[in-house]
Amino acid sequence: MAEVLVLVERSDGVVRKATLELLTLARRLGDPAALVCGAVDDATTALLGEYGATRVYVADDPELEEYLVAPKADVLVTAVRHAAPAAVLVTSGPEGTEVAARTAVRLESGIVTDAIDVTAGDGGPLVTQSVFSGSWTAQSQVVRGTPVITVRPNAVSPEAAPTQPAVEALPVQLTDAARGARVVGRTPKTGTGRPDLADAAVVVAGGRGMGSAEAFGMLERLADALGGAVAASRAATDLGWYGHDFQIGQTGKTVAPQLYLASGISGAIQHRAGMQGSRTIVAINKDPKAPIFGIADLGVVGDAHAVLPALITEVEKRKG
Amino acid sequence: MKIVVLVKHVPEPTAAWRYADDHTLDRTGVEGRLSELDEYAVEQAVSLVEKGLPATITYLTMGPARAVEALRKALAMGGDGAVHISDEALHGSDALGTSLVLAHAVERIGFDLVLSGMASTDAEMSVVPAMLADRLGVPQLTFAGALTVTDDGVTIRRDGETATEEVRASLPAVVSVTDQTGEARYPSFKAIMAGKRKPVTTWTLADLGVDPASVGVAGAATAVRAVAPQPPRQAGTVVIDEGDAAVRVADFLVAQKLL
Ligand SMILES: Cc1cc2nc3c(=O)[nH]c(=O)nc-3n(C[C@H](O)[C@H](O)[C@H](O)COP(=O)(O)OP(=O)(O)OC[C@H]3O[C@@H](n4cnc5c(N)ncnc54)[C@H](O)[C@@H]3O)c2cc1C
Ligand SMILES: Nc1ncnc2c1ncn2[C@@H]1O[C@H](COP(=O)(O)O)[C@@H](O)[C@H]1O
Repeated sequence: MAEVLVLVERSDGVVRKATLELLTLARRLGDPAALVCGAVDDATTALLGEYGATRVYVADDPELEEYLVAPKADVLVTAVRHAAPAAVLVTSGPEGTEVAARTAVRLESGIVTDAIDVTAGDGGPLVTQSVFSGSWTAQSQVVRGTPVITVRPNAVSPEAAPTQPAVEALPVQLTDAARGARVVGRTPKTGTGRPDLADAAVVVAGGRGMGSAEAFGMLERLADALGGAVAASRAATDLGWYGHDFQIGQTGKTVAPQLYLASGISGAIQHRAGMQGSRTIVAINKDPKAPIFGIADLGVVGDAHAVLPALITEVEKRKG
Repeated sequence: MKIVVLVKHVPEPTAAWRYADDHTLDRTGVEGRLSELDEYAVEQAVSLVEKGLPATITYLTMGPARAVEALRKALAMGGDGAVHISDEALHGSDALGTSLVLAHAVERIGFDLVLSGMASTDAEMSVVPAMLADRLGVPQLTFAGALTVTDDGVTIRRDGETATEEVRASLPAVVSVTDQTGEARYPSFKAIMAGKRKPVTTWTLADLGVDPASVGVAGAATAVRAVAPQPPRQAGTVVIDEGDAAVRVADFLVAQKLL
């Protein structure tokens, strides 16, 4: 069986859950092989093996981190030419999508982005996408070159399939063009102590209707009581009430938690694009005509400043 | 300095979009507009010049006849002229095809800086700027939340998952901007009239020397096999808070095994 190449993403040296999801999907299409940019320790190899990687390609060069996107595309192109995989899987996101895009140009291969599912099909992988702000689904195939597919986080649950991967070093040869955009400054972001938005089972979000930055304190308390993450609409982040990193929607993050609780959010189409895949939606809004009620499983017409404190007390009480 | 701004004509986001029989987005039945996310690129170009950068601004779009509306909107915001690539053979082009055509056009116009939006609001792929940079062999600085441009270089702020990065490149370069760069202006009536008088040049694939077989539905490296409307999410129960809402929400969360 041909290999299916998965581009590994790590944050703080730890393999992202989204990468394990890609390895899980890759098994449907062939033998999963992982490509790591940077040094690899035994624990990383073991984890990739646990999720089915039969081979781990390692492209280790400090220069890979110094420039934006392009060097990783150089590495991915080298790996594809070397391994001749049946497909390439990359996690959707600002960096991964662009690495995939440049790779597709270089290989003259078709690219399908933001897959919510990938299955084996006649003539190559069948890729399902949610398009037009989630109002349609489309199934596409790559008809030229090596299929390059980017996949949304949380498209599948990672499933273990333990193997002993072979480790193979790949040469890193950066093109001059790859050294064009140099990272000259980096300010690390500090964690919140709450779950990552992408992985959170519960997301508690606030909008302009919260009225102030201070009012987001209520959302934090409710999120903590539910073990969730806090998020915001663009109106709230634009007002500086909450960080842009926590914006949900077309120009922010896309989430699909078990529970999305929206408070003081009208439910504009650009906001819905980032949360309408949530399993359960609860909305609190004082306007009975707010569009968010059209997609909420439970809607409360009321004042967030009255409902939220009572809800925090109620949740804390029931948790004992 | 020459700035080329990529702008796309897209269906109005609030309209009901549908697929045409050939599995391409039906662009005939719906109102169109300049993609809101490209307005941020237009705004950055215009304000760079206003702040004293000696540059001419040319807008570039590839799309059907009506795409000229997007160029007129951009020209009303500022800038000098525009190029419209219009050719029957382009219908149904994928990102590879689009970036190929845009690369030819950008080279022909001549450029020091290409500005684009972070994503088109219809295709939403966020790949065209990176593909274009690769094809042109120039640095890409994408998802800029802020940018500064000097004679010889451009620096952006890029808001990443784990860090905020400052990224620098010499010109020429391709830069895509996010909606964090600052609100786009509303053109005045006078500016709209002035925009109508600015030159718009139309090019075909033959003008650019691009083989029609490499673009359009036939030349695409991807094919849509099936499409289906997503059943709209059903609205659930709506209750009016009479002091009991917190209890009702908590009961609901327990029933849904969320608490
Ligand atoms: C190109 C583009 C991209 C965009 N991308 C995004 C995006 O990624 N994410 C995003 O969120 N938006 C995005 N937007 C903006 C979007 O169109 C809306 O403007 C935004 O989502 C509105 O935020 P909101 O719901 O918080 O505010 P509003 O629409 O002002 O709604 C506030 C709501 O709070 C309610 N309210 C007021 N007071 C109270 C109270 N005391 N208790 C309870 N409810 C109360 C009101 O009834 C109202 O429904 C984008 C727009 C454009 C043009
Ligand atoms: N047909 C087009 N004409 C002009 N610019 C385009 C076109 N398609 C994409 N772009 C530019 O590329 C950006 C990203 O588009 P996309 O990769 O489709 O999300 C857009 O914001 C535009 O600036």
